Amino acid sequence: MSVAINEVSTEVALAPEHQVVLDEILNANKDRPGATMLVLTLVQERLGFVSPAMQTYIAKTLNVPLSHIYGVLTFYSSFRMSPIGRHKISICLGTACYVRGGPTLIDKFQQVLNVKMGETTPDNRFTLEICRCVGACSQAPVVMVDDDIIGQVKPQDVAKSLRKYE
Amino acid sequence: MAYRANILISSEAPGADAVQAAFLSKVQDLQLEDEVQVLATTALMGAATQGIEALVYPEGTRYVNLTPADAATIVEEHLYKGRPVQRLAYVEPKVTPLPPPNTKEVRVVLGNVGKINPFDIEDYIAEDGYMALAKVLTEMTPDQVVEEMKKSGLRGRGGAGFPAYMKWTLARNSPNKPKFLICNGDEGDPGAFMNRSVLEGDPHSVIEGMAIAAYVVGAEQGYFYVRAEYPIAIRTLRVAIEQAREYGFLGQNIFGSGFNFDLEIRMGAGAFVCGEETALMRSIEGKRGMPSTRPPFPAASGLWGKPSNINNVETYANTAKILLKGGEWFSSVGTEKSKGTKTFAIAGKVKRTGLIEVPLGLTLREVVYDVGGGILNDKKFKAVQTGGPMGGCIPEQFLDMPVDYESLASVGSIMGSGGFVIMDEDTCMVDIARFFMDFVQDESCGKCVPCRVGTRRMLEILNDICEGRGQPGDIERLEELGKSIMRGSLCGLGQGAPNPVLSTIKYFRHEYEAHIYEKKCPAKVCRALIEYKVNPETCIGCTRCARNCPVNAISGKPKEAHYIDPSICIRCGICSQVCPVNAISVE
Ligand SMILES: Cc1cc2nc3c(=O)[nH]c(=O)nc-3n(C[C@H](O)[C@H](O)[C@H](O)COP(=O)(O)O)c2cc1C
Ligand code: FES
Repeated sequence: MSVAINEVSTEVALAPEHQVVLDEILNANKDRPGATMLVLTLVQERLGFVSPAMQTYIAKTLNVPLSHIYGVLTFYSSFRMSPIGRHKISICLGTACYVRGGPTLIDKFQQVLNVKMGETTPDNRFTLEICRCVGACSQAPVVMVDDDIIGQVKPQDVAKSLRKYE
Repeated sequence: MAYRANILISSEAPGADAVQAAFLSKVQDLQLEDEVQVLATTALMGAATQGIEALVYPEGTRYVNLTPADAATIVEEHLYKGRPVQRLAYVEPKVTPLPPPNTKEVRVVLGNVGKINPFDIEDYIAEDGYMALAKVLTEMTPDQVVEEMKKSGLRGRGGAGFPAYMKWTLARNSPNKPKFLICNGDEGDPGAFMNRSVLEGDPHSVIEGMAIAAYVVGAEQGYFYVRAEYPIAIRTLRVAIEQAREYGFLGQNIFGSGFNFDLEIRMGAGAFVCGEETALMRSIEGKRGMPSTRPPFPAASGLWGKPSNINNVETYANTAKILLKGGEWFSSVGTEKSKGTKTFAIAGKVKRTGLIEVPLGLTLREVVYDVGGGILNDKKFKAVQTGGPMGGCIPEQFLDMPVDYESLASVGSIMGSGGFVIMDEDTCMVDIARFFMDFVQDESCGKCVPCRVGTRRMLEILNDICEGRGQPGDIERLEELGKSIMRGSLCGLGQGAPNPVLSTIKYFRHEYEAHIYEKKCPAKVCRALIEYKVNPETCIGCTRCARNCPVNAISGKPKEAHYIDPSICIRCGICSQVCPVNAISVE
């Protein structure tokens, strides 16, 4: 396993500013039970993604196989391995949003941004995603832009609602 | 608490972000950043919200129907000059309990939500917070606590409805050590947001309940498992745990009783199956969240193979109140087998959506019509979906049935965590079944074959039916597959996954038949089976539909009748939503 780790780590170097964050999270948590998941969720929360270089670094520091890190990352849907656009748009397709027009919003957002679900706009401004219920069902249909919840979204207001995100 | 004042803004009302921004910028203008904290929260939400609301603490002034301009005024007048703005305040500017939005409501778990400042433990203490813990630790033995919980009849609020006292006793009697205590805050059912409001609005009630349960069970370490989709809840909990430690309600030798207990937060990462208790424990252990067969139950072998007790957020949130006011008080409302109150998230096609807390045993009709205010646009009620992706759809004929664990199960649904999604005549039941099947097949962890392959196969059949390729025999195939998946699956996910399909077949078989034999979608939802048309007589040529069409399928000159090209149209329905004269019809 150590061979594989070395091989991967030479591919892309870990950015120094990322290493600072990783070290901080790892130092605080590496000895806690169940550290893998804890560290990965915290890294995802702080940096928004866990790149292959970060995975290698985390595996080494926690002294676990890289395959374990990769296994955990691929099991949970909210981890990302590459950075997303400056703003993340998540269209809710939970039950409440589904019955109140969520699917229509998908069509509209794809038109307005001219990208498909899961993609990032060429100017790196938005990444478009689907999510399952953000717990704001009474405001359905709901779209989340970064941490902002936009409720009762109407297709005709989509373009306008995105203006303030640079 | 370093801040002199806190402003809490209801973050979910449309336009709330602009109001929040206005608050922030005014606070900065007046250089109050170090004294005044502006926080967005969903905890103010409820059936009674009035537009965008804000609560200003420490006074507890409730401002309603706010605009960004109002926000600036409030900061300037109230926080800078110290004069609450009467004009914008709700009723009277002092700490008053919010009136229950509906007379049928009884707030126990939600009693403090929206009323106290979740970021200040003193507020919770002022509402008798941590009194129950003090009483338990200094005056009661674990057995006495169990006895009181037994009297209350409190059953788990996370799904199965297992009596809380029984679970605690099992973990207590388990010989192995150390023991762990877990709070399930994964709330994965799409359409449910009760736990979120409690965690954001009254986090200490859950912490106190956990400490009491830990005392009974004999656990010294507890874990909160909260889904990553709830960032505000996680932030609130972090503050609450820190403050509870400062005040000595967590940590070593609590209330001088020699009892030690501490808590940690662990975040989920978007896997629905991690709400299942065994999968959740694997996730805390840092692994892929795969469920395992039970027995062994967590009480015998849970987290790291040690005895563990896991309950839902709401189960713990009820605990302190029960011990303070007594088991009989709690069991005085509810039905024979389902005691107490329960929070429900009412969503979907009703006039008043939101969070409610009512005694168990209210009828579905009361929930939909009295509390929910009836169906949106006065359309016809079709069904209420309860229990999330493993629940079922309950048709009109059962509207007068009481809402309790047994009644819901008797009509093929479940209580689940308490999400109610109401559906009207415009909801296609086959499409809804397909929606849930898509959800569970996506979320199936893949460990066992019946769930992994079976749900995929059911989804394929449902897709065929919705897209006009349904064949005679499909309904029977779905039923047969569904039954074997339920029998053969390892965990509750697979065992419940076919439920939405089976219950819609049971009560809405005619809709399936219309799709298969007539290639028609009676509710006009399934896109392959419908067509949008412009009525040239009514169309005024305003061009609004053409401008909003995502695929440019609509052509026509201004002031002339428009035309939809069916070969380009994706049947999204936006045109009919934006048409000012209802000139677009679906067939
Ligand atoms: C697929 C699946 C998902 C579940 N999701 C949740 C959940 O999100 N929240 C929850 O409290 N219980 C959930 N449960 C139920 C838990 O396994 C467990 O029964 C519950 O947390 C026990 O707490 P209680 O006794 O207080 O209800 C789920 C069960 C299954 C099978
Ligand atoms: S279903 Fe969309 S927020 Fe809950």
